[in-house]
Amino acid sequence: MSKSENIIELIDVKKVFDDDTIAVDNFNLEVKKGEFVTFLGPSGCGKTTTLRMIAGFELPTSGKILLNGEDISRLPPNKRPVNTVFQKYALFPHLNVYENIAFGLRLKKIENTYANDKGDRYTKKERLTKAEIDKKVKKALEIVDLEGFEKRSVATLSGGQQQRIAIARAIVNEPEILLLDEPLGALDLKMRKEMQIELKNMHKKLGITFIYVTHDQEEALTMSDKIVVINDGDIQQIGTPTEIYNEPVNTFVADFIGESNIFNGTVVGNLKVKFCGATFDCLDDYEINQLVDVVVRPEDIKICSPAEGHLKGKVISSVFKGVHYEITVAIGKFEIIIQSTSTAPVGSTIGMRIEPDGIHLMEKVYTVNKYDGEITKNNTVKFGDGEFECDVTQLYPASRLDEEGYLITASGEKIDMTGVEVDVEVDTHDIQMSDDKDAGGAQGNIISMIYKGDHYRYIVRTEENEEDYVLSCPDTWNTGDLVSIIIPKDKIKLVLKPVGEDK
Amino acid sequence: MMKGLCFNRKHLCIPYAAFLILFVIAPLIVIFYYAFTNGQGNFTFDNFVNFFTNTNTIGTLLYGFAVAIVTTLVCLIIAYPTAYILARSKFKKKYVLLLLFILPMWINFTLRITALKEILSVLEGNISAYPFLNSVIGMTYDFLPFMILPLYTSLLKLDNSLLEAASDLGANKFTVFLRVTLPLSVPGIVSGVTMVLLPSMTNYVVLDMLYNSTFIPGSLIFSYFSAYDWNNGSLISLVLLIIVFIVTLVTNRFSDNEKDKRVAIL
Repeated sequence: MSKSENIIELIDVKKVFDDDTIAVDNFNLEVKKGEFVTFLGPSGCGKTTTLRMIAGFELPTSGKILLNGEDISRLPPNKRPVNTVFQKYALFPHLNVYENIAFGLRLKKIENTYANDKGDRYTKKERLTKAEIDKKVKKALEIVDLEGFEKRSVATLSGGQQQRIAIARAIVNEPEILLLDEPLGALDLKMRKEMQIELKNMHKKLGITFIYVTHDQEEALTMSDKIVVINDGDIQQIGTPTEIYNEPVNTFVADFIGESNIFNGTVVGNLKVKFCGATFDCLDDYEINQLVDVVVRPEDIKICSPAEGHLKGKVISSVFKGVHYEITVAIGKFEIIIQSTSTAPVGSTIGMRIEPDGIHLMEKVYTVNKYDGEITKNNTVKFGDGEFECDVTQLYPASRLDEEGYLITASGEKIDMTGVEVDVEVDTHDIQMSDDKDAGGAQGNIISMIYKGDHYRYIVRTEENEEDYVLSCPDTWNTGDLVSIIIPKDKIKLVLKPVGEDK
Repeated sequence: MMKGLCFNRKHLCIPYAAFLILFVIAPLIVIFYYAFTNGQGNFTFDNFVNFFTNTNTIGTLLYGFAVAIVTTLVCLIIAYPTAYILARSKFKKKYVLLLLFILPMWINFTLRITALKEILSVLEGNISAYPFLNSVIGMTYDFLPFMILPLYTSLLKLDNSLLEAASDLGANKFTVFLRVTLPLSVPGIVSGVTMVLLPSMTNYVVLDMLYNSTFIPGSLIFSYFSAYDWNNGSLISLVLLIIVFIVTLVTNRFSDNEKDKRVAIL
């Protein structure tokens, strides 16, 4: 790919806000001329900040933004050949529709070439004439389908009309890139669908590069040539809608784009993976005993008779969604969601088949072990089929324990910690193994050991609920060994579970 | 039950109507009466003729106008940048700054003006040598908060994305101010001007306390009334009333042009 095809390039762009929050980190992106690129991610993921850096409202803390090969990262917004359609339209309330659209045109200076008496050519920067502005405004209104609205006050327009005017106001300046910051967020569903199609058509007709920000995955899949999935300021995946949907690179993308069943799986053979208590053929090649996340799309699971299926389960619920049924099936302690045009009665046992191309494997990236835990009355914590000593005072800053085992907070409040639910995190380096059965808080068998150069990575699985402990250890053990798990008291990180609903 | 005795919501306006009649309608009638009669109680236009032929009274009226307009302009020039900084800057202690401007309003008026008089005496020596300047200084000091607050509220409400949109469309900082910030703060300017211009035309107390004078219409009325000339005094009041009425009409027209009427917080 030649460099000149890229209209905009972001190189190692990073943005840190005044309060030290990192909004965007290590952002690298190339956008080709005429592409429709969508930044997709949950709110607060840094997608809007990135857009605002391209527009010039925010300056990157480090990194470069190149437009046609030139660094524009320090230019003010008015010097950049890009225009923005704002989320809440940002139409000027003191100006009518015509004046709103003409705002940019009136400020624009273009170079005209003249010849003087001697025949020398010279150029002069001139403002557009009234007739030129008239013509352009009229054309822009035609594009957004609002002919004859010139004299209307913006306050008398509906949300959808205001949105169109905002688009007209941006495209009338013939920008090289049009930035759209969740432009359809404030419209109702039907209007949004209409505008999606219209925007897509507009993009085809105008040939301008569109960079579109949304948190709506369906919108992104419908409209884009290229989707950039962002989470926590990092790019997760860049690809076409089909690639993003069919080949998600990690569980975040799989979960965010469309609905997914995500299971813990283990590779048990060449192109064979075990999850939900059954072994499946798959297409992704991983080492044996590698722990993987298995993603299965609900529509890739086919219902069949119990005898024919890879899996057997009991139907818990079946909801009609218009085109398909959404069926929840329990397979032991696992739950699986199926989308199917046919349904099965609730309570019946069905079989399920999953073809190899419906199974997507992703390597688990382990740095910490995470568990759900509960504090016992002895101020220890129960998790992962075991019970460990821990420091409960870390749950409240500057708190201490009294003689009876109650927690005294910094403000003197007395709290009984028994039964409190916590999130437990343990670093892979902080877990030790012992062959003394009673030395540790939990026991399990080594199910996997992978040599990682200077150490082995072990996975110990408990018998009762098949909980896994992932740990690094330089010593050699054997697969199948029964070991007990030792975690030092100060290495168990506890966080109170949020009470009530997540924000 | 008899219909006439039945209490309904309309009756709630009785106290208000009584107040209005006692303190607004009745005094107005009295003013009208005195303005169109002479000392003997006979109907006459003499007071009118006197007022508009006497260069002294006309001069006072014009002088009052001049003081009011200059005061308003000075207030606007000081208040706009102040309000702009207060409303738009990221300065964390700006509420303290705002309080500093509001604080003088909490201090007794007499004390304030007496203090000002002393300061001016020290600076100028003979304060009666600069009547116009001192009038403007005194009134500006007195009315500045009334200009800052409406401007502050209207600039505070200004949506930041509008300014971003303007710069996105190619406007530099100065153009953004001229084409977006300024037009959108017009309602604030109008209510600030109304609140300063009208009172400063008639507020003679400031001048009276700085030096006894009859330079503005307010003090002229006072001097007529102290001489028991109710007729000429009332006529000047009536003329001022009409002027105020006209000014109010004009400013209302301005704020009607703005779709959302912003009510000043004072």
